[in-house]
Amino acid sequence: MKRMTQVIMGAVVVSITQAAWAASLITADGSSTVYPITEAVAEEFQKQHRDVRVTVGISGTGGGFKKFCASETDLSNASRPIKPSEVELCGKNGITYIELPVAFDGLAVMVNPSNTWATNMTVKELRTLWEPAAQGTITRWSQIRPDWPDKEIHLFGPGVDSGTYDYFTEAVVGRGGASRGDYTSSEDDNVLVQGVATDPLALGFFGVAYYEANKDRLQLVAIDDENPANGNGPILPTYEHVAQGTYQPLARPIFIYVNRKSAERAEIQAFVGFYLTQGRPLVKEVGYISLPDKAYELALARFEQRRGGSVFGGTGAQVGVKIETLLAQH
Amino acid sequence: MEIAHQHATKRRIGERVISIGLACCGGLSILTTIGIVAVLIVETVAFFRHVPMWRFLTDTQWTPLFANKHFGIAPLVAGTMLTSTIAIAVAMPLGLLTAIYLSEFAKEGVRQAVKPLLEILAGVPTVVYGYFALLFVTPLLQRLIPQLAGFNALSPGIVMGLMIIPMVASLSEDAMYAVPQGLREAAYALGSSKLQVSLRVVVPAAFSGIAASLLLAISRAIGETMIVAIAAGQQPRFTLNPFVPVETMTAYIVQVSLGDTPTGTLEYNTIFAVGMTLFLSTLLLNLFSLWLRERFREQYA
Repeated sequence: MKRMTQVIMGAVVVSITQAAWAASLITADGSSTVYPITEAVAEEFQKQHRDVRVTVGISGTGGGFKKFCASETDLSNASRPIKPSEVELCGKNGITYIELPVAFDGLAVMVNPSNTWATNMTVKELRTLWEPAAQGTITRWSQIRPDWPDKEIHLFGPGVDSGTYDYFTEAVVGRGGASRGDYTSSEDDNVLVQGVATDPLALGFFGVAYYEANKDRLQLVAIDDENPANGNGPILPTYEHVAQGTYQPLARPIFIYVNRKSAERAEIQAFVGFYLTQGRPLVKEVGYISLPDKAYELALARFEQRRGGSVFGGTGAQVGVKIETLLAQH
Repeated sequence: MEIAHQHATKRRIGERVISIGLACCGGLSILTTIGIVAVLIVETVAFFRHVPMWRFLTDTQWTPLFANKHFGIAPLVAGTMLTSTIAIAVAMPLGLLTAIYLSEFAKEGVRQAVKPLLEILAGVPTVVYGYFALLFVTPLLQRLIPQLAGFNALSPGIVMGLMIIPMVASLSEDAMYAVPQGLREAAYALGSSKLQVSLRVVVPAAFSGIAASLLLAISRAIGETMIVAIAAGQQPRFTLNPFVPVETMTAYIVQVSLGDTPTGTLEYNTIFAVGMTLFLSTLLLNLFSLWLRERFREQYA
C-alpha cells in the first residue's frame, strides 16, 4: 500500500512538472529562410529564460501557415506575406494574427566555386531558365548564353511549399508558383547548399544567409534587372545593396506571424519583445539585413497594440518592396 | 479425481485462450496488409480518374507538383532501376563469394564468428547509410570521377549494395550449407578439387535458394527509401547516367509526404499511384522468387 502511494505521488509530481513545462513551451514553424533568425533568437532567449522552451521547425512558409492556421503553432516564420488561401484557412478556424517584419533578405543565386563562366545573369536569363516552358528544353548552360559551355545544367531550388519559391517565381517568372519542375527541390536549404557545393554544373537559389554560412563552398551570381533606377549593371546581394534597395527584384522583407490568442501569454510577449529588441543584432549575425530601428519600434508597437491582419492585404508575395515602402506601410 | 478433472478443464481453457491469441496476432498482420492494399487501390483509382493510364506509362516527365504538370512514371522508374541495378552489381558478386567462402572454405569457428558480424551490417539504420553515402562515399568517388555530381545514383547505389550483402550472403549460405554432404563426398570421390565441388556441385544444387535470395535483395533495393532520399537528389530525370541527380519512386513519396500537400488533391493521389507501382513491382519479384524456389528446388531426401 505504501508502495502504491509512492507510485501515485510520483505520477502526480511528474504530471505537474509536465503541465508547468507545457505551459511555457513556445512553438514556431515555417520558412527555412527565416529559421536561422528565429532559431538564434530562441537560443539567446532561452539562456535568459530557463523555464521556457522554444521549438523552431522547418516546413516551408506554406507548410508553416498550414500548421499555424490549424492552431498547432504560436509563431509562423514566413518569407513572404500571407496569401489569400491561407487568410481564408485561418479565418475558417478563427485564428487571427499579428504580422511583424523582422529582416530583409537578398535572395541569392548561386553556382559552384569551380564555375568560371556564370559571374552574372540578367533577370531575363533567369526567366528563360526557370519559366515553366523551360521544362525539358533548357538543359544546357550554352542555351542561356551561347558563349557558356555546352554542358548540362543542374538546377537546385526550394520546393513548392517554400515562400522563397513563391517569391522567386513571382519576381523572376512574373507569376507566383509557376516554374519548371525538373530541378532538385527541397524545403531544407541545407540540402540545396550541399547540392550546389558538390556539383560543378549546379545553379541554385535560396536566402542569402545560407550563402553567408557557406561562403567558401558557394559562389554568388550578380543579378542585373536592366533597370537603371535600381543601379547599373549586375549587382551582388551584399549588405549595402540589399539595404539600399538596388538588389532588385530579389530583395524582400521576411516576417514572423504571431497567433493573437498566443500573444495573450506572458512568455510569448516576452519572446516577441526580445525578438524585436535584443534580437536585432542576431539578424545581421546570421547573414540577413536588419531593418532600421524605427521599423522594429513600429513592429513592436503593432504587437503591443495587438493589431491584426497583413499590411500587404493578404495577397501573398509582392515584388519590389523596399525598406522605405515597408516603413510607410506601417 | 475431482481435482485432476478441474486441472484438465483449466488447461483446456488456457490452451484455447492461447490459440485464439495467436490467431489474432496472425490475423492482425493479414488485416493490415489487406488495409494497405485497399487504401492503395482506392487512391490509385482516384488518380487514374484524372490522369489517363497511357500518359502515366508513356510520358517521360514527372512534374505533378509544378505549373507545367506531367505524370509520366518513367523518370522515377528509371531512377529506381538505376540505383537498384548498381546495388545488385555490388551485392551479387560480393554476397555470393562471401556465401561460398563461409559455406565451403571457412572453418566452423570462423563461420560462427563471421555470420553474426555480417548480420550487424544489416542492422545499421538506413539513415546512417544515407549520410555515409552523401558525406563519405560521394566525395571519395568525386576524386576518381571529377564530373560526378554531389547528388547522384552511383554512390547511394554502391552503399545500398553494401547494405544488402548480408542478406544475399546469409540466405545463399543457408541454401548452400543445406546441400547434403553426400553430394560433396561423391564429387570428391570422382577426383574433384574443392573449387570444382563448390562451383559445379554446391552452387547448382543450391541454385533455387541463391536465386531467391537475389530476388529478395532486388526487391529490398527497389523499396529502400532513406539512402536514396538522402544521397541521390530529388530530381525526376529520365536518364540512365549514374553521375547526375535522380529521384526514385520511394524518394518521391518521401518528398511529397514531407511537404504540406493537402489530402484529396491530385498531387496527393500521385504518391499512391507511385506506391502502387512500387508495390506491384516488389510483389511480382517476390512471386517470381517463390516460383523459382518451387520450380528449381532440388529434393534430397
